[in-house]
Amino acid sequence: MAKVIVVTSGKGGVGKTTTSASVASGLAQRGKKTVVIDFDIGLRNLDLILGCERRVVYDFVNVIQKEASLKQALIRDKHCDTLSILPASQTRDKEALTREGVGEVLEELKQTFDYIVCDSPAGIERGAVMALYYADEALVVTNPEVSSVRDSDRILGILSAKSKRAEEGQETPIKEHLLVTRYSPKRASLGEMLSITDVQELLGIPLVGVIPESESVLQASNAGVPVIHDQTSPSGQAYQDVVARLLGESRPMRFLEEEKKGFLSRLFGT
Amino acid sequence: MKTVLTAGQAEITDLFVPKEHKAALDLKGSVFTLTVLRLHTNDLTDIESELKGKIAQGPRFFEDAPVVIDVEPLKEAGLELDFSPFITLLRELRLIPVGVRHATPPQQEAAKRAGLALMKGGAIRDLPSQKASTPESDAKSAEATTTTRQHKIEKQAESETAPVPTITKVIYQPIRSGQQIYARGGDLIVLAAVNAGAEIVADGNIHVYAPLRGRALAGVTGDRTARIFCQNMGAELVSIAGHYRVFEDNVPDAVRHKAVQIYLDESEQLKIEPMGG
Repeated sequence: MAKVIVVTSGKGGVGKTTTSASVASGLAQRGKKTVVIDFDIGLRNLDLILGCERRVVYDFVNVIQKEASLKQALIRDKHCDTLSILPASQTRDKEALTREGVGEVLEELKQTFDYIVCDSPAGIERGAVMALYYADEALVVTNPEVSSVRDSDRILGILSAKSKRAEEGQETPIKEHLLVTRYSPKRASLGEMLSITDVQELLGIPLVGVIPESESVLQASNAGVPVIHDQTSPSGQAYQDVVARLLGESRPMRFLEEEKKGFLSRLFGT
Repeated sequence: MKTVLTAGQAEITDLFVPKEHKAALDLKGSVFTLTVLRLHTNDLTDIESELKGKIAQGPRFFEDAPVVIDVEPLKEAGLELDFSPFITLLRELRLIPVGVRHATPPQQEAAKRAGLALMKGGAIRDLPSQKASTPESDAKSAEATTTTRQHKIEKQAESETAPVPTITKVIYQPIRSGQQIYARGGDLIVLAAVNAGAEIVADGNIHVYAPLRGRALAGVTGDRTARIFCQNMGAELVSIAGHYRVFEDNVPDAVRHKAVQIYLDESEQLKIEPMGG
């Protein structure tokens, strides 16, 4: 049975699209047939991060409005042939996302794919609610700072009240995962950032991973290659761990401590 | 040998409120404080001498005072009372008997013939002037208090024939930013965190067995006795019956992250008090 995972946060700029691209790529790398959908109608970003912006012909809204078939709109990822992308429309209004329309598209995708990753827009408007409505699991992306934690808390409230599982009173609610991104152990130890324990305590949901702040994320985004493909960067490795945990593997948390500098680098200050 | 004077209240409810002022009369309900004369004996000589003693303590208080005769102790002791000489005695002492209560059916007949009303209900409390008197009468008023309590209980039992159940709302999930929970007509118990930006509201008390970081408003329909109890105090705002306090710069150190109870004291000041060890 196909699983629908929403990547959401409430707040913008915390790393939802980066996470969607990397987690979807990671699942596909592990042989799962995966599709990632951009719900951020009007602000297409996911196709840029996945490096397929020039191949977009039809989009999610075209499919909902039956102007194109899914087959026409889906874009095959260039790194991984088990990954497909359903891009957002840049010209349409987000009102085009109807509950029935989204539901129909997801049902159709479930016939072919194992994992459906929904990249939610920021905020708590229609796009965000539609992205989480049909979810089975939720990746709540949070930066270690108070406003991001507050917005994540808000979105968790919406998950538990406005999702399909909540509305229908289904026995198993949406499975919630906390993903802390842009974490800097050094700044947390100096008290400039909330610690992982603080964030976890405030939100009260299980931690699925910590992505350390890293330049490689920005570089990867600009290059249109999800950071998970960069096996040398801590961020890429951390995303690999997240995907493994989502698939049920147990892995210890990494990158929580400040990297100890070696004797020589300490001596020469590099 | 016993007469205890107590003050009682006669309650009358609204019967009819006229809409036009042209009417010849208005009927309105009102509440009066009346002196209740509780008889412990039917011996008129004893009653007379003791009553004279009482009146001597405060002659002006008793002058032309309307009194209700309570014959309940007589009924319990199986004693009868000869009404007309007793009423004559009261009038001689410048008291105005207006009614009788707890009378047996024959006594009721006699009371009606003597022009007295049959009184029902009314809680009895001690007459203030009697409290600061002799030790002997103190003992008596203590006795009277006991009976008063009994009456109150009986009265409660009567009025609570159909008790209204209060509904307690129990929440097991965390209450998150932007969510509001309202326990209408009762208490609210929360077994998970109430996060910043969340609001919990109850007509009754609020209990939070987890961190309280949001806003908590108890007794919102005006119950000043409502309280807020929480295991880990970190609220943004607390309110009891509309008396609120905002913690703009976090909760004071003395109670932060502590188990506390929040209530209104006698002068309607919001109190935050640590609980337990």
